[in-house]
Amino acid sequence: MQFSGRRRKVITSPQVELYGQALQFYGQPPLENMSLSEFESFAVDRLKLLKTIENLGVSYVKLSDDYKRKLDNESRNLNFPYRPDAVPDDRKSQVGPSEYEKRRKDHISHFILRLAYCQTEDLRRWFIQQEVDLFRYRFNGLQPKQKVEFLHKNNLQYDTISVEEKKTLQDKLVNSSHNVSGITVEDQDFYKVPFQDALDLVRTRKVYLKAGYVYIPHQDIVAIVLNDFRTRLSKALALTARSLPAVHSDERLQPLLNHLSHAYVGQDYSIQKNVGKISLEQIDSLSVKSFPLCMRQLHQALRDSHHLRHGGRMQYGLFLKGIGLSLEQALQFWRSEFIRGKVDADKFDKAYAYGIRHMFGKEGKRADYTPYSCMKVILSNLPSQGDHHGCPFRHSDPELLKQKLQFYKVSPSGISQILELVKGMHYQLACQKYFELTHSIEEASFSLNHPNQYFIESQRVLGGGKDIKREVGTPQRSQENSAARGSTTDREAAAAANAAKDLPEMTEDLDSFFQDA
Amino acid sequence: MPSSGYDAACLPDLLPLYYRRLFPFAQYHRWLNYGGVQKNYFQNREFSFTLKDDIYVRYQSFSTQTELEKEMLKMNPYKIDVGAIYSHRPNQHNTVKSGTFQALEKELVFDIDMTDYDDVRSCCSAAEICSKCWTLMTIAVHILDRALRDDFGFQHLLWVYSGRRGVHCWVCDEAARKLSVAARSAVAEYLSLVKGGDETVKKVVLTDPLHPFIRESLAVVERYFPQYALHEQEILSRKESVDKVLALVPEDILFLFQCCIYEGNKACSRAVGNSKGQHFEKEIMLQYCYPRLDVNVSKGVNHLLKSPFSVHPKTGRISVPMDLEELDTFDPLAVPTIRSATVLNARVSEDVKEKENEKDAAERRKIRDYKRTSLAKYVKYFDQFLDGLALSWKGELLKKSDLEKDF
Repeated sequence: MQFSGRRRKVITSPQVELYGQALQFYGQPPLENMSLSEFESFAVDRLKLLKTIENLGVSYVKLSDDYKRKLDNESRNLNFPYRPDAVPDDRKSQVGPSEYEKRRKDHISHFILRLAYCQTEDLRRWFIQQEVDLFRYRFNGLQPKQKVEFLHKNNLQYDTISVEEKKTLQDKLVNSSHNVSGITVEDQDFYKVPFQDALDLVRTRKVYLKAGYVYIPHQDIVAIVLNDFRTRLSKALALTARSLPAVHSDERLQPLLNHLSHAYVGQDYSIQKNVGKISLEQIDSLSVKSFPLCMRQLHQALRDSHHLRHGGRMQYGLFLKGIGLSLEQALQFWRSEFIRGKVDADKFDKAYAYGIRHMFGKEGKRADYTPYSCMKVILSNLPSQGDHHGCPFRHSDPELLKQKLQFYKVSPSGISQILELVKGMHYQLACQKYFELTHSIEEASFSLNHPNQYFIESQRVLGGGKDIKREVGTPQRSQENSAARGSTTDREAAAAANAAKDLPEMTEDLDSFFQDA
Repeated sequence: MPSSGYDAACLPDLLPLYYRRLFPFAQYHRWLNYGGVQKNYFQNREFSFTLKDDIYVRYQSFSTQTELEKEMLKMNPYKIDVGAIYSHRPNQHNTVKSGTFQALEKELVFDIDMTDYDDVRSCCSAAEICSKCWTLMTIAVHILDRALRDDFGFQHLLWVYSGRRGVHCWVCDEAARKLSVAARSAVAEYLSLVKGGDETVKKVVLTDPLHPFIRESLAVVERYFPQYALHEQEILSRKESVDKVLALVPEDILFLFQCCIYEGNKACSRAVGNSKGQHFEKEIMLQYCYPRLDVNVSKGVNHLLKSPFSVHPKTGRISVPMDLEELDTFDPLAVPTIRSATVLNARVSEDVKEKENEKDAAERRKIRDYKRTSLAKYVKYFDQFLDGLALSWKGELLKKSDLEKDF
C-alpha cells in the first residue's frame, strides 16, 4: 500500500509498460473496460489462431520454415503481433492496428479464453497445449538479447556450474544433445536445473541428467521457459475455474463463453446421433467400406484373436459408440467376440463389462468419454508390444503398412503417394488419401481430423448424399449465421452447427444481439 | 509357471494364518507412515482389496496399524493393492464435496511384466517364466536401478517380485512422492527405449550422438547378452529366430554382407564400419534385452499397484522385496508360497511349543512367527530398507520441532 503513492509520480501507465515487451507470461489480467463486440471478436480471433496452431502442429514439424511462415501469415491476418522487434509506439509504417494495439488484443484475448477453457480437464489441456506452442513460436522469434532480458524480467534464476565441472563433464554434455559441441561447452554457461523444471528435455532425453539435475547451455534455456509457462498457466486456470460462478452470473457472458468453448474446438462426436441405426451384423462390411485404417485394423485384430488390450478397447470402443452403437449393442458385440477366445462369459461380465459401461458413462464418475480424435490417436497412448491401436500411418513400419495396403487392394501408385505423405509426417493427409483411393474420388471435400468424421463422410459418399440432412443437423441455418459473421470454411460451419444441441439457438441470439449493438 | 501343485482353493484356509502370523504389519505401517512427518499420511492412504469371488472394494483406509490388522483379518483379502495418499480419508470420500477429493501424493512406481517381452523370448510365453527368461528381469532391474539413482538422484528404491511374472519398483523418496503426473510421465519416457506395437518390426532406433544413459544401459545389456541371448534363448540357432534377428538389420548392411561373401572378409569389415547403420548391433541387443515398462502404470498419481507382502492368488507366491546385492542369484521359483510359509511355520511352532512350554502363551503369540520361516530374510531386508528411509525422516522431524519451538 505504501508503494502506490510513489507509483503515481511515474508518468507512463503500467499498461504501456506491460506492452513494452513483445512477449509476456500473462501474469496480470487486463484492467480496462471494453465493448462486448470487441470482447467477442478478440476471443474468436484468438481461437482461430490457436486452431491454426493445432492443425499446423500435426502437419508440419514445429518451428520448421513452413510452420513459421504459415503462422506468421495467420498472425498477421488476425491482427496479432508477429514481429517481436516492432516498437510499441511506432505508428509511422503501419496500416491498420499498431503494434501496441496488437499486443493489447493478444493480452485481452488470452484472458477471455481462460474463462472459456478453464472448466474441464479436456478443455484446459487443449488450451494449454496451443498456448504453449504459440509461446514457443514467439520466444523462438526473439533475438538472443531479448531472450536474456525476458528471463531476467521473469525471475528465472538458475545456478551455473564451475569451469572445472564443465571440463569434467565435457564428453557427457556433448553426447547428450545434438546442438552441444566442445565449443559450446567452452564458450557458454551451463545451468544446473532441477529435472522437474525441464520435463520436455528429460522426456525426449535431449539433455544430460545427473543426480536429479539437468545441465543446460544458455542457448537452450527455451525448454525451461516453456515448462515454466505451462506450469503457471495450469495453476492460473485452476484458480480461474474457481471464480467462474461469478462470471457466469453475468448473463451477457455465459452464452458467449459456452459458444467459444464448444464451437471452435470442433465436432467431438460425443453426442450420439443415430443410436441403434447400425446393427451388429453390418460391422464387418462397414469395417471394410467405411472405417478408417486404424479402426479397420483394430476390428481385424479383434476378429482374429478374439481379444484386444486396453488401449485398443478404448480407441475402438469409443469409435463404435461414436458411430451409433448403443450400450446394449456394445456389450453384446464385445462379449460375443471375447467368448470365442479365452474368456468365458463369467469372466467377461466381471472383468470387461465394467469397462464398457464406463465408456458409456454408466460407472465411476459417469463422465461420457468422447471418441478419440486423430490428434489423440497419433500423439498419445502409444502402442507397445501386443497392441494394435494407434494410427497405422504413424505407428506401423512403412514396410508392413505397404503390405497391408496392397492386401486391401490399393493401387501401387496410390500406395507410393501415401508412403510419401507418411515420410513427410502428414499422417492425416495420408489417411485422407487412403479415403480418396478406397472411395474412388478425386479429392475429399473435408479435412480429416477424426475417425468418426471419416466414417460419416464415407457413409455420405457411399449413400449418395442421402444421409446428410439426417445426420449433420442444420447446415443451411448455420451457413447463414456464419456468413453473417464472416467465417468462411465449411468445416467451421458444420462444427458450429453440430457441436451443441442448442447452439443454433445461441448463435441466433448472438447474431441478433450484435445487430442491436 | 510350475508352482508345485498350488491350488487357489487353499486360500480361504491359509490366508487367515498368513495374516495372523506372518504378514509384517509393524514394518508395513512403519513404511507407509513415513515417520509421521506429514499429518494423516497413513490415514489418507487408499488401499483396495480383492475378496473371495472376485469382489473388488476400493477406497479402503485405516486410522492405525491395529485397525489395518483387524480389518485384514476380518476381510481376508485375496489381493491387496496400494494407491495414493488423498486429500481426505478415502473411506469417507462420499461425504466430501465433489471435486475436492483428490489424489495428492504417491511413490513413483514401475511395473515390468514378462508378457511384454513375448516377441523376443522363445522359452515361455504369457504367464509362464523360467530361469532362462528371468534374466530379462535381472537386466531390467540393473538398468533401471542405476538410472533412477545416478541420473535422477533417487535413493530409496524398493524392488519387489510381483509373485508371478514380473517385478515392481517403488521409489519412496519424498521428491518422488510429490511428483506431478507430467513429471512421472517424463521419467518413464526417459527410461523407454523399446517402442512400438505388433505392427512395428524395428522397435529400437538409435541416432548419434548416443546419450550417456543409452551407453550405460548398453554396458549392462552387453554383460548379459552372450550368455542370455546366444546360449539360453538361442536366437541364432533356429532359422525362424535368425530371420527375426535379420529383420532388424538395415537393408544396406545385408546387401554388403552378401557382397562380402564374394569379395572376402577385409573389404567387408571396412565397408560395414563405414556405413551409416553402425548402431544396428546395439539396436538388436536392446530390442531383445532392454526393459519394457508400461508408462501408464508410472504416470498416474492415483494408480493402484499390488502391495509388497501380498499373496498372488494365481500362484500362491508372496510378493517379496528383492535384495539387489543378491539380484543375480534371485530365483522367482524359490520364493515362498503361502503354503510353504504357513506350513513351515506350523511345523516349527510345534517344535517350539514343546521347548518353550513355560513361556506365557500371549508372549509366544506376540513373537512374529516370520522370524522362523523362509519369509525371514525378506522381512529383514525390508527392515534395512526402512532404516535407510528413516534417516530422511529424522532430518524432517527435527526441522519441524525447531519451527514449533520458535513459534
